[in-house]
Amino acid sequence: MIEVENLTKKYGELVAVRDLSFRVEKGKIWGLLGPNAAGKTTTMRILTGYLPATEGKATVGGYDVFEQPNEVKRIIGYLPEVVPLYPEMTVSDYLNFVAAIKQVPAAKRKSALDRAIAISGLEKVRRRLVKNISRGFKQRVGIAQAMIHDPQVLVLDEPTIGLDPAQIVEIRQLIKSLRDEHTIILSTHILAEVTQTCDGVVIINEGRLMASGSLQELTASFREKEGLVLRLRQKHEEAVAELGKIRGVAKISRQNGEISIEWGRGNDLHETVARMAVEKGWGLLEMKSLAMDIEALYLRIVSGGEGQ
Amino acid sequence: MKNIWQIAKKEIKTYFSSPIAYAVIAVFLLLVGFFFYSALWWFNSQSIQAAQNPYYMQQMNINQMVYAPLFHNMNIILLLVLPLLTMRLFSEEKRTGTDELLFTSPIGVVQIVLGKYLAALIVLAAMLGLTGLLSIFSFAYGNPEISQILNGYLGLFLLGAAFIAVGVFFSSLTENQIVSAILTFGALLLFYVLGWASYSAPGIWKDVLNYVSIFQHFDDMTKGILDTKDLVYYLSFAFFGLFLTHSVIQSRRWR
Repeated sequence: MIEVENLTKKYGELVAVRDLSFRVEKGKIWGLLGPNAAGKTTTMRILTGYLPATEGKATVGGYDVFEQPNEVKRIIGYLPEVVPLYPEMTVSDYLNFVAAIKQVPAAKRKSALDRAIAISGLEKVRRRLVKNISRGFKQRVGIAQAMIHDPQVLVLDEPTIGLDPAQIVEIRQLIKSLRDEHTIILSTHILAEVTQTCDGVVIINEGRLMASGSLQELTASFREKEGLVLRLRQKHEEAVAELGKIRGVAKISRQNGEISIEWGRGNDLHETVARMAVEKGWGLLEMKSLAMDIEALYLRIVSGGEGQ
Repeated sequence: MKNIWQIAKKEIKTYFSSPIAYAVIAVFLLLVGFFFYSALWWFNSQSIQAAQNPYYMQQMNINQMVYAPLFHNMNIILLLVLPLLTMRLFSEEKRTGTDELLFTSPIGVVQIVLGKYLAALIVLAAMLGLTGLLSIFSFAYGNPEISQILNGYLGLFLLGAAFIAVGVFFSSLTENQIVSAILTFGALLLFYVLGWASYSAPGIWKDVLNYVSIFQHFDDMTKGILDTKDLVYYLSFAFFGLFLTHSVIQSRRWR
């Protein structure tokens, strides 16, 4: 549904997005994950036709974002980072205006409005002025305006930012409920958001792609490596031999004084290994988990390390 | 066309849901009312004196003595108040981030620019239309030439349309409404004083400055002369302002 190929965006000297490629399949929720200033907003602005890219290609629903911007804009609903609201309008006036400029035919505008209001839970505030409603409702109005023309693709830039925990849960549920009819790409710098709402993730940092794939794929590839790394003061040979006898150990190797032990998924041997090291007097100096999950990967990326 | 109207409708709603339009229109009407009253009062007192002498009576002309100066005063007031009407058109969208909504909608930049321009023109037309009520008095107690008055109003409208195009342009340049208004005001004033400079300018410059000055063209229209030269001037002025606006918006996105 969304395909991005070698996308690059430069603001003068500053490179915001560098050679980025990824794809999102139809009917999925995909997360664009990265720390602040990673290039998430820029990528979304390019996809929605707000900004042109310096190089590269992007297609949405088979339409080229640069060649056929109007076709793309028709099938995309976009919630920018700052919700684009007119404070002096009422909620329903505002949504009506958005429906009109998104080319919803006049005859269908009423039903589109009712549908958007119902889905995003805005009945209570539909006659209120936008400036007088709470932050949570404003965010909902933002989502309602993005989906008013029933777009195939929803692009949501930080949809839960600045909300309280209860509102975050509500908005996440709202987004999940839209999954069936829409392909959704949302950006966030919070990992939990991705693991709780998304089917897949594109992790970027400083404009570069770090990792991408479905959550299952990524998790599976990390989980194979479950295990730990030991650093001992003495008796390395004995330790390797003894540890190899523990039931469930799949692989054991020694490298520069570090011994790494791997085992099958779910068979946690941390405590067994620790007890043995102390009892046998190997001089346990350090013990760290080899287990890699998305969180570890993300932290490594955020702290400036390399990706996969 | 439909899209232009949708944008215009939204702008007009915004104008009248904030105090700006009311303040601008009220101040405009108050000042115009005052100038009309004082011009009429002066005309009245002159007429009473002239009534002694049939020759002077022939010279009394309400169009020349009330409306011509009134139209000149109105164009100065427009110069002062129209920048306040146009200052928010693009600045505010940019500042609040709503431009992201407009420019990711399937409508062209041209339509957005024209929609906003149309909205300001409609407010201008309403402002001028309301001052038309003043003429009830001059028609009730005198017999002014209606075609000259209409011509003067047409001139004011074209002049206002040119002012608004300048205002729209400066509004697209900055996120700050005050800066937008000040730049517009400065630019309009510059076009005004260019007319003065033409008095002392040598040779061809005299004609050039005269032609460029926005008010020189207005003078003819208050006298009831409708010259295509003036029409072309105002229309190309407005077109140029909107064209620049369009270029600014496009180039900002490509930068």
